[in-house]
Amino acid sequence: MIGGLFIYNHKGEVLISRVYRDDIGRNAVDAFRVNVIHARQQVRSPVTNFARTSFFHVKRSNIWLAAVTKQNVNAAMVFEFLYKMCDVMTAYFSKISEENIKNNFVLIYELLDEILDFGYPQNSETGALKTFITQQGIKSQTKEEQSQITSQVTGQIGWRREGIKYRRNELFLDVLESVNLLMSPQGQVLSAHVSGRVVMKSYLSGMPECKFGMNDKIVIDKQGKGGTTDDSGKSGKQSIAIDDCTFHQCVRLSKFDSERSISFIPPDGEYELMRYRTTKDIILPFRVIPLVREVGRTKLEVKVVIKSNFKPSLLAQKIEVRIPTPLNTSGVQVICMKGKAKYKASENAIVWKIKRMAGMKESQISAEIELLPTNDKKKWARPPISMNFEVPFAPSGLKVRYLKVFEPKLNYSDHDVIKWVRYIGRSGIYETRC
Amino acid sequence: MPAVSKGDGMRGLAVFISDIRNCKSKEAEIKRINKELANIRSKFKGDKALDGYSKKKYVCKLLFIFLLGHDIDFGHMEAVNLLSSNKYTEKQIGYLFISVLVNSNSELIRLINNAIKNDLSSRNPTFMCLALHCIANVGSREMAEAFAGEIPRILVAGDTMDSVKQSAALCLLRLYKTSPDLVLMGEWTSRVVHLLNDQHMGVVTAAISLITCLSQKNPDEFKTCVSLAVSRLSRIVSSASTDLQDYTYYFVPAPWLSCKLLRLLQCYPPPEDGAVKGRLVECLETILNKAQEPPKSKKVQHSNAKNAILFEAISLIIHYDSEPNLLVRACNQLGQFLQHRETNLRYLALESMCTLASSEFSHEAVKTHIETVINALKTERDVSVRQRAADLLYAMCDRSNAKQIVAEMLSYLETADYSIREEMVLKVAILAEKYAVDYSWYVDTILNLIRIAGDYVSEEVWYRVIQIVINRDDVQGYAAKTVFEALQAPACHENMVKVGGYILGEFGNLIAGDPRSSPLVQFNLLHSKFHLCSVPTRALLLSAYIKFINLFPETKSTIQEVLRSDSQIRNSDVELQQRAVEYLKLSSIASTDVLATVLEEMPPFPERESSILAKLKKKKGPGAVSVNELEEGKREGGELNGGGERGGDSSAISTPSPSADLLGLRAGPPVTAAAPSAGSLLVDVFSEAGVNDDVPFLAVPACLSASHTLLSLALRFVCKNNGVLFENQLLQIGIKSEYRQNLGRMYLFYGNKTSVQFVTFTTTLNVQAKPVEPLIEGGAQVQQVINIECLTDFSDAPLLNIKFRYGGALQNLTLKLPVTINKFFQPTEMASHDFFQRWKQLSLPQQEAQKIFKANHAMDTEVLKAKLLGLGMALLENVDPNPENFVCAGVIQTKAQQVGSLLRLEPNAQAQMYRLTVRSSKDTVSKRLCELLAEQF
Repeated sequence: MIGGLFIYNHKGEVLISRVYRDDIGRNAVDAFRVNVIHARQQVRSPVTNFARTSFFHVKRSNIWLAAVTKQNVNAAMVFEFLYKMCDVMTAYFSKISEENIKNNFVLIYELLDEILDFGYPQNSETGALKTFITQQGIKSQTKEEQSQITSQVTGQIGWRREGIKYRRNELFLDVLESVNLLMSPQGQVLSAHVSGRVVMKSYLSGMPECKFGMNDKIVIDKQGKGGTTDDSGKSGKQSIAIDDCTFHQCVRLSKFDSERSISFIPPDGEYELMRYRTTKDIILPFRVIPLVREVGRTKLEVKVVIKSNFKPSLLAQKIEVRIPTPLNTSGVQVICMKGKAKYKASENAIVWKIKRMAGMKESQISAEIELLPTNDKKKWARPPISMNFEVPFAPSGLKVRYLKVFEPKLNYSDHDVIKWVRYIGRSGIYETRC
Repeated sequence: MPAVSKGDGMRGLAVFISDIRNCKSKEAEIKRINKELANIRSKFKGDKALDGYSKKKYVCKLLFIFLLGHDIDFGHMEAVNLLSSNKYTEKQIGYLFISVLVNSNSELIRLINNAIKNDLSSRNPTFMCLALHCIANVGSREMAEAFAGEIPRILVAGDTMDSVKQSAALCLLRLYKTSPDLVLMGEWTSRVVHLLNDQHMGVVTAAISLITCLSQKNPDEFKTCVSLAVSRLSRIVSSASTDLQDYTYYFVPAPWLSCKLLRLLQCYPPPEDGAVKGRLVECLETILNKAQEPPKSKKVQHSNAKNAILFEAISLIIHYDSEPNLLVRACNQLGQFLQHRETNLRYLALESMCTLASSEFSHEAVKTHIETVINALKTERDVSVRQRAADLLYAMCDRSNAKQIVAEMLSYLETADYSIREEMVLKVAILAEKYAVDYSWYVDTILNLIRIAGDYVSEEVWYRVIQIVINRDDVQGYAAKTVFEALQAPACHENMVKVGGYILGEFGNLIAGDPRSSPLVQFNLLHSKFHLCSVPTRALLLSAYIKFINLFPETKSTIQEVLRSDSQIRNSDVELQQRAVEYLKLSSIASTDVLATVLEEMPPFPERESSILAKLKKKKGPGAVSVNELEEGKREGGELNGGGERGGDSSAISTPSPSADLLGLRAGPPVTAAAPSAGSLLVDVFSEAGVNDDVPFLAVPACLSASHTLLSLALRFVCKNNGVLFENQLLQIGIKSEYRQNLGRMYLFYGNKTSVQFVTFTTTLNVQAKPVEPLIEGGAQVQQVINIECLTDFSDAPLLNIKFRYGGALQNLTLKLPVTINKFFQPTEMASHDFFQRWKQLSLPQQEAQKIFKANHAMDTEVLKAKLLGLGMALLENVDPNPENFVCAGVIQTKAQQVGSLLRLEPNAQAQMYRLTVRSSKDTVSKRLCELLAEQF
């Protein structure tokens, strides 16, 4: 179990130190600082071991979170907890920064007391936590309220309290995906996968029972068997194969296992309903065609074409292409048809930015790079060209088929709930070799 | 470095550095550096030429980036360009960049060398110095090749500035250290030596470092420096503290130079020229006198400088080791330091005294400080100083103060640091042995040692006690008594139990008269420790028990009971189980006579180098006394405690090595039998044959009737004493032999490999024979002992004829007994010059036998060594100038005379040939040895 939790700033100064077990001594704090934060060589492994003590760390911008233990714990559990901790902190004070942590000192210790008990992770549901850990001054709660909180937190549905009322029953569903790609210069896909999340924001009264449906291949196929053959052939095209998925704790896993239906009582407010990953039939929003020519020892000509590959009615945003330059670059001239391009010496790359681009279009950039002859015989490694963008559809092809809400006790039905669905596809590591 | 003028401030560099310092994270720093690198690249690429200032600035930035740990792969050209600038700062930055960043890139090196050459030939001393510093900093082979000829010229040229001379001397020193083959002084030697007379002290200081280094390689060429150094030293020593101005350091005139001069003198023996020597002695006396003067300053620097010279002078005095007066004065001076407040001084004083103690002149003087040193051992806070004190005590120990010192060291041991305990234990053990006048004291000391620091007592220490107790009749009783008393302590160290088990097993009878230590009490005492011991100790105790059965028949039933118990006879450890089973069987089957023979008291151990001493040599302590000195002490000790009877023990007895089975019981029960003699061999005749039934049966052989003729298997046994002499399908003859001086004893084992008995079994030696058991049962083994005495030298081995009937067929065998002249060798250790002196004495042609022959076996050094040792001679290490060669020396003991023999074996690995030369005082012996040995390799 987790013996202690430390938060450091980028210099290795300890911001938060909470020790849960006696086997973690004071020197553990220093051991991590000396051996990881200030290590001569950058430590790449998130799990490190010094003097029979294991350190699990994650880094959020400039902040290090490290969990320490002397026991043989489940590392996945520890990391899940650390990520959860980050989520909780973000929910309380938005960005995790040194400034924010210092300002929310007391709050963080209060949270740490609540979500870890003797090193065992407890309820880390933000909604529930917010009912009894508040950022405002102490509001004296009545006995009744207190006992209600206790019964809710320790009850079966710890993530939702009773008696929530909204005038407008509303819910928002975001399908957020990031698409990762590695492509050869000839346009062959070397690896591609999409990792997606379904994030839900619910403002529903009472204790509603929800049912979520999407174009999961297994479900569609099952239904197809029952329906006409014609129907199944049609819907089979649109269905997607999900490689793996995880759910929020509110989802009834037994029902998912037996019927593959996703039913749950949602927490109030924003939360992540599910996470998934697909690797088949990915729609690649952009195609990058590089052309690099070395002219003698002192000159390099680069031409890059990008093609958008989606419906012309959709608009991609925040497009950024990053073309690495050799380490001995001494000057760059760039010409591009669209957007703005600039040589950034500090990053050793040409950065080309386009604000918006419609589907089925193409655009081109050409650059001349001057090189300084060096006595080093090492050849330039030619790192891949990477790309960032945002598109308003799900590259995996996932579609939300329905989200039904039942609340038998209160007098509103599925039709009364206002539902919003949004798809956002972003680039993960989207690279093309040149 | 000249003050930076206003234009040279390099603001850009300062801004860049402060930017880097202000970076919040590693990533930000890398970004800033990338930006700067791109900027520099574009500047260097730019078509318009850069002026010297910006070139210098950018090269500086590159250098800074490189020192931050980033790779730099351009800018070398610009740095080389800077070298040709005329401005000091630009040239300096250029040289700096090159000495930090240059790798052996061929084209650049050529350009750099060119620039350096220009600077060296310029008349500007600053530029010359910069160039010399660059050569010294890079110090590569290419540089050495290019400039090794030039620099000595600069060094000795009359018109060179002093500062350049200093740099040149140090630069040359550096080149000499990296590639000594390229720096050839030759013609310059005398002129370099004369730099010692230079006006400028700085030049002398630099030159003396060079000369010290050079003279260590070729002392003869630089011999002349001794007198110059002495006169220089006397001038410094006798000068008033104000004479040398810049070179006076806290009222001490030129301390560094003085130390270096004294160190240079330590490379040479004392000067032969009387005048020079007188002057030197005067200098040393002055230095010693100055140490007595009250300090001119209270500053620590003053005393440090003064003491540095003093210690260097003392080590010179110790190095010369010829001036009793000075040695004693040095010793007294050090004695004062022993009580000094400064820990460092005390440490140094103890360390120097350690070396002083080994000199014959000052040994007595060192001894007067014994109380102080003992006090230091007890009260000193710093462990390293205590260690030195212990070393010094060890070094100053002799017969007169041994008891006191050993007692002090023992008492210190109780509180000593764990890190030095083992060494201390060894030292105590050695001193106790070396200076033991009275052996009961020795036994007491070692037992105390085991009691106090049992964990640190290595095997060697207790082996040694046992060796000594066994070899000395007079202490055996006392030892048994003391051990018995020591064992009565409730908690005993295991080593104590080992010693106790061994000694009581051997000599328990000596104290059995006392009712308090009756046999049964002794046994119970030992057995009470049994269960707490490790397996090897238990094994030893089991052997002690069986010896008890022999010593005290009344304990037999008790011991048998113990052996029979399941925890012994069914012990999971094979060794213990086997011992228990064998001992139980032995005690119940064998008659008392047989038991008495088998469990006879151990024969005295051969005299050999103390194993403890060898161990201490392995543990090289920093301040330990030199090995030579220890050996001298050892020899003295050997004479002292060896006594008269010791000589008789030392011969090639095949005693089981102490690390194996100390009691030697597992070698198989010996049974004596009759034996005759051959030619000059006289063989004593006595005893009977015994039969051992326990040998398991072997397969039934095919019937053989042929009578075997003479077999020359005996040759195999020239270098070893035990093995199988003969084997066919019927019969196996094993042999085991021991030799001591001119006497030998040979055990022959006749094993019947069939299931049918051999009848009318007779053995005949070609001289005289005594029948063995005429019957050998199927699968049984009969033993015969032959006692041999060598009357005079011989060349033919005695023949052994064996006849027996096997299933009606008469079998006849004739064997050569493996008795050769070399068996009666007694090894003789001698030093190199002794060996060659004797070698020359035996120069008559008939005394030498030489043979050149091809190698029959692989030429493995270790195997050769083992064979030569098996021969019985002493293998002398470090005698022959060629390490490939082996030389041996030994004396053949016959009743009539002793024949000294020397041997030299020269292997030639390429030709796979050996040349063997044997010289001995008797021609027949030389020849025979040569013949014998030629077939062994």
